[in-house]
Amino acid sequence: MSLIEIKDLHVSVDGKEILKGIDLNMDGGEVHAIMGPNGTGKSTLSYVLAGRDGYEITQGSVLFNGKNLLEMEADERARAGVFLAFQYPMEIPGVATSTFLKTALNAKRREQGLEEIDAMEFLNLIKSKTKELEIPYEMIKRPLNVGFSGGEKKRAEVLQMSLLEPRFAVLDETDSGLDIDALKVVSDGVNNLRSPDRTFLVITHYQRLLSYIVPDHVHVLVGGRIVKSGDKTLAELLEAEGYARFEESEAA
Amino acid sequence: MAATQQTVDAVRDVEKYKYGWETNIDSDMAPKGLSEDIVRFISAKKEEPEWMLEWRLKAYRLWLTQQDQEPDWAKLDYPKIDYQDSYYYAAPNLGDGPKSLDEVDPKLLETYDKLGIPLREQEMLAGVAVDAVFDSVSVATTYKKKLNELGVIFCSMSEAIKEHPELVKKYLGSVVPYSDNFFATLNCAVFTDGSFVYVPKGLRCPMELSTYFRINEKNTGQFERTLIIADEGSYVSYLEGCTAPQRDENQLHAAVVELVVLDDAEIKYSTVQNWYPGDEDGKGGIYNFVTKRAACRGKNSKVMWTQVETGSAITWKYPSCILQGDNSSGEFYSVAITNNRQQADTGTKMIHLGKNTRSKIIAKGISAGRSNSTYRGLVRIQPKAEGARNFTQCDSLLIGNQCGAHTVPYIESRNPTAQTEHEATTSKISDEQMFYCQQRGMNPEEAISLIVNGFCKEVLQTLPMEFAVEAQKLVGISLEGSVG
Repeated sequence: MSLIEIKDLHVSVDGKEILKGIDLNMDGGEVHAIMGPNGTGKSTLSYVLAGRDGYEITQGSVLFNGKNLLEMEADERARAGVFLAFQYPMEIPGVATSTFLKTALNAKRREQGLEEIDAMEFLNLIKSKTKELEIPYEMIKRPLNVGFSGGEKKRAEVLQMSLLEPRFAVLDETDSGLDIDALKVVSDGVNNLRSPDRTFLVITHYQRLLSYIVPDHVHVLVGGRIVKSGDKTLAELLEAEGYARFEESEAA
Repeated sequence: MAATQQTVDAVRDVEKYKYGWETNIDSDMAPKGLSEDIVRFISAKKEEPEWMLEWRLKAYRLWLTQQDQEPDWAKLDYPKIDYQDSYYYAAPNLGDGPKSLDEVDPKLLETYDKLGIPLREQEMLAGVAVDAVFDSVSVATTYKKKLNELGVIFCSMSEAIKEHPELVKKYLGSVVPYSDNFFATLNCAVFTDGSFVYVPKGLRCPMELSTYFRINEKNTGQFERTLIIADEGSYVSYLEGCTAPQRDENQLHAAVVELVVLDDAEIKYSTVQNWYPGDEDGKGGIYNFVTKRAACRGKNSKVMWTQVETGSAITWKYPSCILQGDNSSGEFYSVAITNNRQQADTGTKMIHLGKNTRSKIIAKGISAGRSNSTYRGLVRIQPKAEGARNFTQCDSLLIGNQCGAHTVPYIESRNPTAQTEHEATTSKISDEQMFYCQQRGMNPEEAISLIVNGFCKEVLQTLPMEFAVEAQKLVGISLEGSVG
C-alpha cells in the first residue's frame, strides 16, 4: 500500500469539471513532480488534497495512509501530516510569525497527546530552523507574511514545513516569484527535509525548480488528466519541447 | 438558582409588608421601583451623612424631570426600560452562595479553566462563601496595609464618604456632574458602591490597583460609582472588572467613573467587561449604560483608557477625556466584541481645551453572529487649544454575513493650528485566511481567535501583562460558535 493513493479523481468547480480522472500512487520517501501548462488543474489538485472548500468531488477517492482523506476537514488533514506550501501565502496582520508557528505546532502536538511546547524549547527550535534556512531571526517577530518579499514568503512556508514535519508535503508553484538565489535556498530547505518517511508532490510550471529538487517521478497534467509519466528526464524533455504536443493529443 | 428564588421570595415578602418597608431599615432589600423614599432608604442603609443624601435627592428630582430625555441617539435597539420594574437596593448576600466549587455551574467552571484562572480565584468569582477563600482575604489584607503605608487611599466609595468626606465633597460630581445625562443622573441618585482612590503627590503607585482585591464589596455592579484622584506628579494604574463571565440578576446597569488628574500626574485605567450577554437569542443579557470621564486638569497630565468589551446585551459607553491642562494628553484603546444578538455603541470623546493637548484613539470593533457594533467618537478642539493634535484609527472586523459594523466619527475643530487625523477600515476574515490557518492544523475556533487577536493587538498590548494574557483567551472564548 502506498502512502497516498489517488484513484480516478474527478473534481468540479461551479459545475465545470476541472480534474477528469487522476490516478496517482506515491510512496514514502518519493518526490513526485506534476508539470503542466496554466489552467490545467494543478492548483486544483493541491487544494483538493489539502481540503479547501468549494471543490466538488464527483468521483474517485484519495487514501492517505489507508484513511479516506476526502472525508477529513482541512485542519484534521494537516494534523494527520498533510502540508501545503501555498503559491500565495496569506497575510495574517498583527500575528507574529513566531506566534503563528507556535499555535500550529501546538495544534499538532495536542493531536499527538503531547503537552504544549515549552517556551525555551520552542525558542531554540526556531533558532536552529531559521539558521538552516538563512532566515533572519528578526523576520519571525514580524506579522506573518505582512510586507514579506516573495522570497521571504516562500522561505516562511518552508520554515513552517520544516517545523511541522509533515508526512506528505504539496509544494504549489513554490518557485514562482523567486530569484535564483532564493530558489536555491528554498530548494536546499526542501532537500534537507527529504527522508524515507516523507513524500513530496512538487507542482510547477517550469523545469527550473526540478534541477534543484530532483524528482523520482514526473507527471504531465494537461486538460485535467495525467497524460504522461516518467522519470526526471521527462522534465528535461518538456523544457526543450514545451507542452504543445501533449495539448494536441489532448485535443484529439 | 435556589438562592435567586429565595431572594425573589424575600422581596415578595417585603412588598407585602403592610406597615410599609420604608421604616424598616433592617430589611436587606428595597422593594421594586424608584421613589424619593427608596433614595432615602439607600442613603440610610449606607449610614451616609446628610450632604450625601441631599446630593442624591437633588439628582433624583432632576431625573424625574428628564423622563423624556433618555438618550435615544445610539444605534441600539431594545425595549423601553420600565424603571419602576427594577430593584435599586439589595444588600450583598454573603454566606448564601455555594459552599464549594462542586455546587457551581460546571459550564462556568469550564470557562474559568479555558481562561486559566487559578482555583482560588475561581472560588471568589463564583461567589463561594468568603470565609472559604481564606488565602485571598489574607492577600488582600497585606495588600491594603502596604498601600496604607504609601499614603494611597484605596477603599469603597461608601467608606470614603465616611472617612474622607473632604475629598469626596471636593471631587465627586466634579467631572461628571449630577445633571450630566439621564443615566449618570440616575446613578447619582441610587449608586450603590464602587471604588475610591487617592494617590498622593509625587507617588508612583508601585502596584496595580484592582477591584479584585476589594473583595468585601460584592454586588456593587449595578450602579457602580468610582472616583480616582491622582494628585500632582503621581501615577496609578487601575484595573476594573475581570475576564471571567459575571452574572447578575439585575438587568439594568448604569455606572459612573470619574478620574481627576492634576499637574504632571497620570492615570491608566483598564477595563475588561464580560457581563452576561444573554443567550443566543439575546434573552436575559445585561444593559450596560456607562458614563466614564477623565478630567486632565493639570499641565502635562495624562490619561489612558483601555477597554475590552465582550459582554452585556447592550453596551452604551464613551470613556472620555477633558484635556484642560496645557500639554495634557488622552489616549483611548478599545476592543469591542459582539456576538449573537449583542449590540455595542461605544467610543470616546476627546475635548481639547488646553494648548498643545494631544489625543490618540485606537478602536477595534469585531462583530459576529447577528450582532451590531458601532464606534461613536467625538474629537472637539476648542478655540484656545493652540497646536492640539489628534490621531484616530477605527477598524472593524466582520465575521459572517449577518452582523453589522458602523463608524460614526465627529470632528469639530475651532482652532486653525490644530491637526486631526482619522483613519478607518472595515474588513472581513477571509475564507483564504481561515483555510491557511486550518491547513496548519488549527481548528476553526483557534484560527478565528488567532486572527482576531492579531487584529486587536495594538489595544491588547496596552493592558497590564497578566490582564493581557487573560484578555487574549477571552477574545477567543467570546467568539465561540461564530463559525458554523
